Amino acid sequence: MKRLRSVLLLPLLLLGGCNLVLLDPSGDVARQQSDIMIITTIIIALIIVPVLIAIGVVAWRYRASNKQATYDPHWDHSPQLELWVWAGPLLIIIAVGAVSWLGTHQTDPYRALDRIAPGQPVPADVKPLEVDVISLRWKWLFLYPQYGIATVNEMAAPVDRPIQFKLTGDTMMDSFFVPALVGQVYTMPGMQTILHGVINKPGEYKGFSANYSGAGFTDMRFTFHGLDTQDFDAWIGKVRAAGGDLDLAAYGTLRKPSRAAPVRYFARFDADLYQRVLNLCAEPGRVCKGQMMAADAQGGEAMQGMHAHDAMPATGAPTSAAPAH
Amino acid sequence: MNTTAIDTAPPAPSDYFSLTEAPPRNGTLLGFWIYLMSDCFIFASLFACYAVLGTEYAGGPTGADVLDLPGLALNTALLLVSSVVFGFAMLEMQRLRKGAMLGWLAIAGLLAAAFVSLEIHEFLTMIADGAGPGRSAFLSSFFTLVATHGLHVTLGILWLVVLMVQTLKVGLNEDNVRRLRCLSMFWHFLDLVWVGVFSYVYLVGVVR
Amino acid sequence: MLEAMPHRAAIWNFLFGRLTLNSLPFLANDAEGHILLVTLAVVVIIGAATLAAVTKFRLWGYLWREWFTSVDHKKLGIMYMILGTVMLLRGFSDAIMMRAQQAYAFGPHMGYLPPQHYDQIFSAHGAIMIFFVGMAYIVGLMNYIMPLQIGSRDVAFPYLNNLSFWFTFGGAMLFMVSLFLGDFSMAGWLGYPPVSELQQGPGVDYYIWGLQLSGVGTLLTGINFVVTILKMRAPGMTLMKMPVFTWTSLATSGLIIATFPVLTATLFLLALDRYVGTHFFTDGFGGNLMMYINLIWVWGHPEVYILILPLFGVFSEIVPTFSGKPLFAYSSMVYATIAIMILSYLVWLHHFFTMGSGADVNSFFSLTTMMIAIPTGVKIFNWLFTMYRGRVRYTVPMLWAMGFLFTFTIGGMTGVMLSVTPADFLLHNSLFLIAHFHNVIIGGVVFGVFAAVNFWFPKAFGFKLDEFWGKASFWFWLVGFWVAFGPLYILGLMGVTRRLSHFDDPSLQPYFIVAAFGAFLIALGILTFVIQIYVSIMRREAYAVGGDPWDGRTLEWSTSSPPPDYNYAFIPVVHHRDAWATMKNLGFARPQGGYNDIHMPKNTPTGIIIGALSFACAFGLVWYIWWLAVASLLGVVVVSIVHSFNYHQHHHIPAGEVSRFESVSNQAAAQGASA
Repeated sequence: MKRLRSVLLLPLLLLGGCNLVLLDPSGDVARQQSDIMIITTIIIALIIVPVLIAIGVVAWRYRASNKQATYDPHWDHSPQLELWVWAGPLLIIIAVGAVSWLGTHQTDPYRALDRIAPGQPVPADVKPLEVDVISLRWKWLFLYPQYGIATVNEMAAPVDRPIQFKLTGDTMMDSFFVPALVGQVYTMPGMQTILHGVINKPGEYKGFSANYSGAGFTDMRFTFHGLDTQDFDAWIGKVRAAGGDLDLAAYGTLRKPSRAAPVRYFARFDADLYQRVLNLCAEPGRVCKGQMMAADAQGGEAMQGMHAHDAMPATGAPTSAAPAH
Repeated sequence: MNTTAIDTAPPAPSDYFSLTEAPPRNGTLLGFWIYLMSDCFIFASLFACYAVLGTEYAGGPTGADVLDLPGLALNTALLLVSSVVFGFAMLEMQRLRKGAMLGWLAIAGLLAAAFVSLEIHEFLTMIADGAGPGRSAFLSSFFTLVATHGLHVTLGILWLVVLMVQTLKVGLNEDNVRRLRCLSMFWHFLDLVWVGVFSYVYLVGVVR
Repeated sequence: MLEAMPHRAAIWNFLFGRLTLNSLPFLANDAEGHILLVTLAVVVIIGAATLAAVTKFRLWGYLWREWFTSVDHKKLGIMYMILGTVMLLRGFSDAIMMRAQQAYAFGPHMGYLPPQHYDQIFSAHGAIMIFFVGMAYIVGLMNYIMPLQIGSRDVAFPYLNNLSFWFTFGGAMLFMVSLFLGDFSMAGWLGYPPVSELQQGPGVDYYIWGLQLSGVGTLLTGINFVVTILKMRAPGMTLMKMPVFTWTSLATSGLIIATFPVLTATLFLLALDRYVGTHFFTDGFGGNLMMYINLIWVWGHPEVYILILPLFGVFSEIVPTFSGKPLFAYSSMVYATIAIMILSYLVWLHHFFTMGSGADVNSFFSLTTMMIAIPTGVKIFNWLFTMYRGRVRYTVPMLWAMGFLFTFTIGGMTGVMLSVTPADFLLHNSLFLIAHFHNVIIGGVVFGVFAAVNFWFPKAFGFKLDEFWGKASFWFWLVGFWVAFGPLYILGLMGVTRRLSHFDDPSLQPYFIVAAFGAFLIALGILTFVIQIYVSIMRREAYAVGGDPWDGRTLEWSTSSPPPDYNYAFIPVVHHRDAWATMKNLGFARPQGGYNDIHMPKNTPTGIIIGALSFACAFGLVWYIWWLAVASLLGVVVVSIVHSFNYHQHHHIPAGEVSRFESVSNQAAAQGASA
C-alpha cells in the first residue's frame, strides 16, 4: 500500500508540493478511509482509463474524412458485445461495492477501535480518551470528562491513544472534521453522534466545521494537537492552570453567536453540561427533552416533571432522537 | 433493424402518412389520474412526517388526550356516505338524467361540507384547549396532515359547485361529463386518503 | 418618522407589510450596495431599452398574440430556452463573484463580500442554476422536440403547458426581485434547517415561494408530457420504436411526477414552521431537522437525474446522426434509462452518510449509488459503439457530444469515489464534491444543452448556427471547465471545505486564482455563444437550411424548418425505429395534396394572468402583505373558474391554408434534401 501511495502521489506532488492531507493522513482511521478511497479509485480506473482511450481512438479512426476505416451503416447491435457492455461495469461495481461494504463496517464511526495502527492492537490497559464535543455558533467546545477541563477552539490528544468523541450541536448542524485524524460526522442539536479515532503522529492539525451553518461558519476552525503523553499531560496542566469555570451561566455567555472566537481554557465545567445541551435545556427555564420524553412515555402532561433528565442514556447509537431513516 | 429486407419499390404515401384526420385521443382522465398519484406523494410525505413526529409530544397533550373518537366516527361516516352518493350521481349521469344527478351531487356536496365544518370545529376546540399546531411536533404533523386533506375536500366542494352550475348552464356535454368523471375520481381518492388518516392518525394515535 | 405617526405606520404596515425603505439593499453604502446599485442600473437601462424597442416597433400586440398567450409547444419551448439563458447569465454572475471572492479573500484581505452577502450568492447560484437554468432548459428542449418526435401536433394539455411556463417564469421573477428588494436565503441551495429556520427577514421566504411556483409548473409539465407520450404517439410508434430522446423525456417526466410533490410538501412544511410556528424541523418541541434533510434529498437526488436523462437522450440522437449509423443497442439504452430512473429513487441517503446512520444503512445506500454507474456505463459504451464503424462528422453538436463523453466519464469516476462511504467521510462537503457535481452537471447537462441548441436550432428557425463561433464557444467551455474545476478537485483532497468566504492558509491561493481564471474562460464561452447567436441571425439568409440539414433520423426532420403551427399536415405512420431515416432509404414521397382541416387549440391569456396573480400572491406572502396574497389567491380561483366556462378552446386551420403553407415548404424541403 505504501508503495502504491507514493506512486499515486507522485504526479499530484508535482502539482506544487501541496499538502494533500486526504491522501496522506496521520490518524489510523483516516488512513484506512484514505486507503479505501485509493483502492476503489484504482479499481474504477481499470475501466475508466481504457474507455477514455477508446473514445479518443474511435473518434479519430472513424472521422468522416478517413475513408480507409470500415463503414458499416447497419451495424447496430451485437449480443456478445452487449453482454460485455453490461458485465464490465457490473464486475467493477461488484469489486468496488465489496470494498465499500467491508470498509464501511470497518471504519464505522460508532465502532470502538480495536487497533491503533496496522498490526498494533489497542493495549489492554489503555482506556480511550473521552471528548464531548459541542458545536456552537461559531466555535467548538471540547469537554474532557476524564480530566474535568474544557477548551474552546483547541483540542489535544495523546498520540496512539484511541479517542471517543460524543458530539452534539447547540443550535446549528455542523460537521466535526479533522481531516488528518478521521472522517467527519455531523453534530446536530438535540441529537448525539459518536466518532472514534486515533492520531499516530505528533503535530498540529487543522480542524473545522465541514457543514455550512451561517455567517460565522468560515471562521469555525480549531487546532488539533497530537501530543506525546508528557506533552499531553503538560497541556492538561496548562488548561487547568488557566482557571475559569464553565458553569451554566458561563455557558450561556459562551453560546452567544460570535465569529473567529479566540482559544479559551476552563479548569472545570458543570458535570451535566453536555447532557443539558444534548437535551436542549442548557438555557435556564427550558424543560429537558429527556424529561419530556420520559413524561411522554408515561402519558404526557399528567406526568410532566416527575422524571429527572438523567433518564437519557449516555452512550450508544444516536440516542435522544433516532435518525429518521 | 434491417431495412434492406423491405421491398425496394418506393412506398405509397398512405403507408407513411395517415391521410384522414384521426379523432383526437383524449388523455384527460389519464392525466388526472396521474395528478392524483402525484398528490399521493404529498400525502405520503405528510404521513412520513407524522410517522416520525407522531410521538414527539414535547410534554404536551398526546393523541389520547386530544383526539375525539365519537366525532371521528360521525366524520368518517359523512365522508364515506358522500362518496357513495357521488357514485349514485355518476350512475344518473350515465343515464343522462341531469336533474337526478344534480340532486345527488348536491347531497354529496352537503355531506362533504358537514365533514369540513365538523373538522374545523374540532380544530378550533383543540386550539382553544391549548393544543394548537405550535404546541408540539406531534400536533404540527397532525394538524398539517388532517388540514391538507380538509383543504382538498374544500376545493372539491368548490369544484362541485362550479360543475353543477356549468351542467345547469350547458347541460351534460362531452366536456362536462369528462370533468364530472375527474371530480368523481378526486372524490373517491380523498375518501381513500381519509381511510388512511383515520386508521393511522386517529386509531393508532389514540392507542399509542 | 413612522413611529411618530402611529396611524400612518399602521396603514403602511397594512399596505406594504414588512416592506420598508430599509429593504432596498442597493441604498446601503457598502460593497454589496454598490454592486447592486450598478446591477440595478444595468437592469433598468436594458429593461427600459427593451421596453422602448418593443413599444417603438409596435411589438406588444405581436408578443402577446404570438408568444405570451401561445399554447404552441414549440413557442413555449423557445420561451423556456430564452428564460434558461437569461437565468444562466444571472447564475453565472453569482459564480464569477464567488470565484473572485475566493481568489482574493486570504489572510488580511477579507475580500469584497462579507459572509452574509457571500452566503446569499452561493445560495442563489445553486438554486437558480438547478431550477431556472437546468430545469428551464430541459423542459424547453422536451417541449420543443418531444411532440415533433412522436409525430404529434401538440402536447396533451396545451393550455396547461402555457400555465406551467408562467408559473416557472413567476418563480424566476421572484428570485430576480429578491436582488433589489430585501435579501435572499443564506441557507444554501437546499435551504437546510436550522439555518433556514433561523434566518430572519424575507430571504428564505423568497426562496420558498419562488421554488413553490416553479415546482408546481414543473409538476404540471411532467403530467402533461407523460400523457402526451402515452396517448399521442403517431400510429405505429410502439414504445420500443420511440426515439431515445422521447424515452428519456418519459423517464424524466415520470421522475418529476414522483418527486416534485415531495419538494412541494417539504417546502410547505418549512413555510409552516416559519409562518405559523409549527415544529417540523425546529430544534425544540420535538421537531427534527433530519426529516427535512431526508425529504429534500428524496426529491433532490432524483432531481439530478431529471436533469441529466433528457441530455442522455440528446446525445443518443446526436451521436447516431453524425456517425451515420443507428444507435448501438437501442433496447439496452432504453432499459438503462429505466434502470437509472428507478435506482435514482433509492440513493438519497448518500448525501448525508456522515449524519450517523449505522454502517448497514450506509452500506446499502453506497451499493445502490454505485449500481447507477452500471446503466450509465452501458450508455457510454453504447455511444462509443455507435461511433465505431461510423463516419463521424465533427460538427458543433458532435463536438459537444465528444466533450461530454470525455468530461462526464471522469465525473462518473469521481462520483463512484464519493459513493464509497469511507471515502465520503473524508470527501463530504469538500471542494472535491463541488468539482464532482459541476463535472457531471456542466459536463453532462450544460454540454448537452449546448449540443441540443446547436443541433435543433436549424429545425426551430430554419437556419444553422455559425460554426466558427460555435467551436470557439465549445473550446472555451471545455478548457474553462477543467481550468476552473481541476484546482477544486485538488483543493478538496487538501481538505478544503465548501462555502468558505475567507481563508487563512496562503498556500491555497494559487489554486483559487487558477480556478477564477477558469471561470473567466467559461465567461468567454458564454460570450462567444451569445456572439454565435447574433452572428447567425445576421447571416440567416446565408445559413438557411431545409427541413433536414443534418441527415437526421427521427420524425422531426421530416417536416419543414421551422415547422408549421400544426407540425405535420398529415400525421406520420411509423413502421420502424429511426422512422425518418427508413423513410428516406425507401425513397418515400410526401403527399402533395388532399389536405384536411386541422383542429388546433386556441391561444389563451389565462396562463399569463394566473402566472401574474400567483407571482403577486407569492410576493405578498414574502413581505407579509396579506391583502395582496389573499386577493391574488382569490383572483387565481376566479380566473380558473371563468376559464372553465369557456367551452370553445379549439379552432380549425382550413385545408386551404394548410395547402398554401405545404406547397411552399415542400419546395424548401426539396431544396434541403438536394443540398
